[in-house]
Amino acid sequence: MPTTEPSRAELLALYERMLLIRRMEERLRADAAAGNLPGAVHLYIGQEAIATGVCAQLRATDLITSTHRGHGHFLAKGGDPKAMMAEIWAKRTGICRGMGGSMHVADFSKGILGANGIVGGGFAIATGAALASKLLHDTRVAVAFFGDGAANQGVFMECLNVSSLWKLPLLLVCEHNQFSEFTPSQDITSGDIADRARAFKIPTTVVDGNDVVAVWQAAGEAVGRARSGEGPCFIQAHTYRIQGHLEAEDLFLAGGKYREKHEIDAWRQRDPVERQQQRLLAAGVRPDDLQAIDARIGRVVEEAVKFAVESEPADSDLALELMFVGQKA
Amino acid sequence: MARKRYTHAINEALIEEMSRDPRVIVYGEDVELAIMGDTRGLLDRFGRERIRNTPICEATLTGMAVGAAAAGCRVVVHMMFSNFIYTGFDAIANQMAKLHLMTGGQAVMPITIIAAYGGGASNAAQHSDSGYPALVNLGGVNVAMPATPADAKGLLKSAIRGNNPTFFMEAIGRGGEMGEVPDGDYTVPFGKAATAREGRDVTLIAIGSMLKPTLEAAKKLEAAGIQAEVIDPRTLVPLDEEALIAAARKTGRIVVVDEARDRCSAASHIAAVLADKAFGALKAPVKRVTVPNVCMPYAPNAEKRMIPDADRIARIATETARA
Ligand SMILES: Cc1ncc(C[n+]2csc(CCOP(=O)(O)OP(=O)(O)O)c2C)c(N)n1
Repeated sequence: MPTTEPSRAELLALYERMLLIRRMEERLRADAAAGNLPGAVHLYIGQEAIATGVCAQLRATDLITSTHRGHGHFLAKGGDPKAMMAEIWAKRTGICRGMGGSMHVADFSKGILGANGIVGGGFAIATGAALASKLLHDTRVAVAFFGDGAANQGVFMECLNVSSLWKLPLLLVCEHNQFSEFTPSQDITSGDIADRARAFKIPTTVVDGNDVVAVWQAAGEAVGRARSGEGPCFIQAHTYRIQGHLEAEDLFLAGGKYREKHEIDAWRQRDPVERQQQRLLAAGVRPDDLQAIDARIGRVVEEAVKFAVESEPADSDLALELMFVGQKA
Repeated sequence: MARKRYTHAINEALIEEMSRDPRVIVYGEDVELAIMGDTRGLLDRFGRERIRNTPICEATLTGMAVGAAAAGCRVVVHMMFSNFIYTGFDAIANQMAKLHLMTGGQAVMPITIIAAYGGGASNAAQHSDSGYPALVNLGGVNVAMPATPADAKGLLKSAIRGNNPTFFMEAIGRGGEMGEVPDGDYTVPFGKAATAREGRDVTLIAIGSMLKPTLEAAKKLEAAGIQAEVIDPRTLVPLDEEALIAAARKTGRIVVVDEARDRCSAASHIAAVLADKAFGALKAPVKRVTVPNVCMPYAPNAEKRMIPDADRIARIATETARA
């Protein structure tokens, strides 16, 4: 099958979405450092091409599961920047009304079944969503985003088995960013994760996860296949986590070290947002147009922060209402 | 005696026990660089034969503990946050807790599982549970709830030397307290409560992380002319029922403070024990100060409302003292 080339409009849309994720998170990084955000914040900086490239191939009704590093997936699938920002600021206007926070941003109305604090928690949820799609005879596809660390949970292999066996419309996207917290992936992972999917006869593509077009193309084929009833697909996207495992990781490391600065710098040279920018310039897009995009996104981010800051704190008794549907805690 | 942080006391106990017995091994996710602080430096001292990072695979971590124990190791598994105990629950509930009985006493399981519990840091519901009542209910596992650095050291050493699977629940959610820790080979026996404060008007039974706010509450009560006794059970399994009953006889007024959800909490079990065995001595209903039956909300203001604090404890203790 010949690979599809994105149109100029598609290239621009991919760029804009990646830049939105980047600028939102740069702001979160600053606010985390300033002590404005409660709780842990795990940033996606450097990995934006993956969520963006995959979600650009999805329909609004498709379903995704995400991870503790979930802001990018949320925004790529069309989540509202304001509602996400307010959530992380623990405000009642947040997408989860301040009950979930950074690690749990979710918007079920947009098929975003949620970021997750449990590593590997998304696999079976996405598999179940794909099962429902199949049983209900609709054409929705489910996507599980997960890290290389999560691929060592047994439930990953269990979901490969059941989804392949039942030909579920599932796409598994492994974001191989080399680390599981402070442990290098190779120290705790035997073999190639992609081979695990191959062993279950699942079509597998390995892509440069810092190239949004490569991800977009791989996802296009995989989603098409899943939607047409041929069963699950697996994409392994190689990338790198530029920020710490979480903001303020130095506090946890207490002087310990798990990677070298030159390694981070080398990966900065492969920044997915800049690469897409170069691609656009090479295609003849004018620098002014790119600046206009950045300015527009800057306003979106400013508005989101303003909205978050000006919103009321979460309702402190809401948890008592929300444990059940129509039933008190 | 020296002042140490709670995590430091745990670190010391691990070093001492690993030095004392070459069969003690430690594993868990990111224990080498010590994401929780308590295993720091162990790799340099003991090498990967004795301590190692594992993949993220909690179901296997707990199952391997059973096998490694059966094959002769004394196993320490670090589960990081106690919510990840759920991810590894099968081998805990179906193997570890049952095998000694099911094998007619053959299986001996010297396993210590370390996990940090509790809220207060806006880590949201999947990182903030105080899930130990579920462990208490298993029957075949011990549950240690050290509140102070000294007890952390002493109970951990006893856990590692013991021959039963034991959960060692770390109250480090709010950074870990400082406190005096005895030097050298200091152990604390299981099933022995400690009196953290003497008093004659009301007895506050404080579990693990709740000792600190309970002691603060006792100070507030003192200012109001109420002398509160504070008892720390230190282990929930085994439970020092005798000490709790004696406390009930002394004041006749009991408040149990527990960071678990109220329903089937450790507090409700203790209340039931006292209603059963000290009924005649009680002058007021046994009260529980617990987390409501909710999962921990993320927003700091909402979270704060859920976790018992000194004010709430003092208010309920005052009512109980005056009832
Ligand atoms: C069940 C479970 N175990 C452990 C953790 C602690 N933890 C949080 S993130 C993480 C590493 C995850 O690595 P990976 O899946 O590669 O994702 P990345 O952080 O690299 O994006 C770990 C061990 C957790 N949140 N849940």
